[in-house]
Amino acid sequence: MSARIAQLAAAVEATTENNPVLNISIFLAFVAVTMIVVIRAGRNNKSAADYYTGGRSFTGTQNGFAIAGDYLSAASFLGIVGAIAVNGYDGFLYSIGFLVAWLVALLLVAELMRNTGKFTMADVLSFRLKQGPVRVAAATTTLAVCFFYLLAQMAGAGGLVSLLLGINDKLGQSIVVTVVGVLMIVYVLVGGMKGTTWVQIIKAFLLIIGAFGMTIWVLVLNGFNLSTVLASAVENSTHEPAAAILAPGLAYGANPLDFISLAIALVLGTAGLPHVLMRFYTVPTAKEARKSVVWAIWLIGGFYVFTLVLGFGAAALVGGETILAAPGGVNSAAPLLSLALGGPILLGFISAIAFATILAVVAGITITAATSFAHDIYASVIKKGKASPDAEVKVARRTVIVIGILAIAGGIGVQGQNIAFLVALAFAVAASANLPTILYSLFWKNFSTRGAVWSMYGGLASAVVLIVLSPVFSSEPTSMFGEGVDFAIFPLKNPGIISIPLGFFLGWLGTVTSSRREDPHLAAEMAVRSLTGHGAEKAVEH
Amino acid sequence: MNDATPVSSSKSKIDYLEVEESAQFLELQSRHRRFVFPLTAFFLVWYFGFVLMAAYAPSIMAIPVFGLINLGLVLGLAQVATTFIITMWYVSFANRRLDPLSLAMRTKLEAMEKPTAAEQSEIDRLAGLAKS
Repeated sequence: MSARIAQLAAAVEATTENNPVLNISIFLAFVAVTMIVVIRAGRNNKSAADYYTGGRSFTGTQNGFAIAGDYLSAASFLGIVGAIAVNGYDGFLYSIGFLVAWLVALLLVAELMRNTGKFTMADVLSFRLKQGPVRVAAATTTLAVCFFYLLAQMAGAGGLVSLLLGINDKLGQSIVVTVVGVLMIVYVLVGGMKGTTWVQIIKAFLLIIGAFGMTIWVLVLNGFNLSTVLASAVENSTHEPAAAILAPGLAYGANPLDFISLAIALVLGTAGLPHVLMRFYTVPTAKEARKSVVWAIWLIGGFYVFTLVLGFGAAALVGGETILAAPGGVNSAAPLLSLALGGPILLGFISAIAFATILAVVAGITITAATSFAHDIYASVIKKGKASPDAEVKVARRTVIVIGILAIAGGIGVQGQNIAFLVALAFAVAASANLPTILYSLFWKNFSTRGAVWSMYGGLASAVVLIVLSPVFSSEPTSMFGEGVDFAIFPLKNPGIISIPLGFFLGWLGTVTSSRREDPHLAAEMAVRSLTGHGAEKAVEH
Repeated sequence: MNDATPVSSSKSKIDYLEVEESAQFLELQSRHRRFVFPLTAFFLVWYFGFVLMAAYAPSIMAIPVFGLINLGLVLGLAQVATTFIITMWYVSFANRRLDPLSLAMRTKLEAMEKPTAAEQSEIDRLAGLAKS
């Protein structure tokens, strides 16, 4: 076994020296193909609905693939395979929350949102409440979630570079982050939502095919018996006892409450992520929105089952120790497994998919943030609804450039920082600030403007403040400020267990203490429209 | 109230308060809620039950079931399976019990918003005036 590891380690070294050219070529092929698709898709972008929602013309199946492409980030693919390879069962436990969360979107949110909104989450929230304050609050939480998520993705791009292209110096990584950012700006500017959606569809297809192929390969090597995969993983494990990787505890055993807090944020956060919500508007009807979520659930569910096999497969064929020692650490499990299975060509293919993943996810977030700024802040609040759609789209396009530049600067700025907490924070804010108001708006007749505003700002502020006061920022060797500084008065690294109930509570409290009576006609109209689809935005005809 | 203009169609001819209290709408709403609320409660309890077991009873999760596949893996894969089953169940329920009713109501509401014959002739007359 040790001869094999040495051989693999040598192979890893060889790849990081020789294969960047191959990896870059495959990635450039992906960029070339998607760029053609984006340019063709961008030709028909005439109205605001075209730019923000792709004319609402995608089918449920296409949109389901795009949702999967938007949702399965590099953190899901590389992160979860790595977490299972290194920590065994706990990595799998983590992945389950990302799937179950889709039931909230399917049962409670997707169709009702599609029937009552136009472009953004704020459209739904401000339907029957006071426009100004609710839109500003919703745009604030949307931009906050997008910012955290985007920063995490861009920083991930820098990390991937050192792993896949063998570029370890700061300058090289900064150049690649810049390239990713510029490509993303071009995709979103030229293609709008239609182009972005096609990039996500292509990427989801490649990612799922790649993961499926590798899964079958691992299973073939093990006689299609998961137990055999687990046996070799245990044999290769350096944990004490070796079988510990099959049971819970290696990652979250030290602080189970922290994991519960994370699980709450994952399950309730997904249906509050702005870039996920926006995807419900790209289909013509609520029924197609339902179909999109169903496709997304099948694809995402299938994908996480593949990662279970791939994670233990990486532990068996590569070994946790080798993975941790490789450049990129935990994230290198999937690439090293592909190298062990199919040599440099498969590694090049998987690396290109990982880059494509980052590109597709950042494009989706950027168009969401730009739409929210142009539609909610510029058109509805600054121009009081009197901006022409052309002016609004122009503002959205400029916002894309600004966000792209911020993302590049942020991605370069946080290099080398431990910012893995940002994705969890994005989910926690989505669950604390967005979901309570969405659910109250859709299901509680008496919900008021004050409840919405308190819940959104309270949920956002409490999640962020609790993170700052947690061991993520101070008191531990891995903290942002190191262990020398200690202002960590909150013991958990995940704020959800406090901030999510607080968001729901503030929504209720604000409503029962509010003296302003909301318009009952609008509440009735929203209730009727949400369930019947009467008056819902139609697809754009070309 | 003037700052509470909705995204669209507040000038509708439909009295939504009346529609909201109509028997047909109440039936649609209660069918929807009676299905999705209990199911949401179920999957949340089932998921968090699983998470609590993994967090506080790891030794139970380590009990082998088939070969090296232990209870924890079986329950985790069961989470995936129930997610798929709930999805299919909801789709079949919505197709059978929600969509026909919601389509019927939507057709009726669209008919209510259509201009009457007298209004239509008035619109045509004004359009004719504008043209000449």
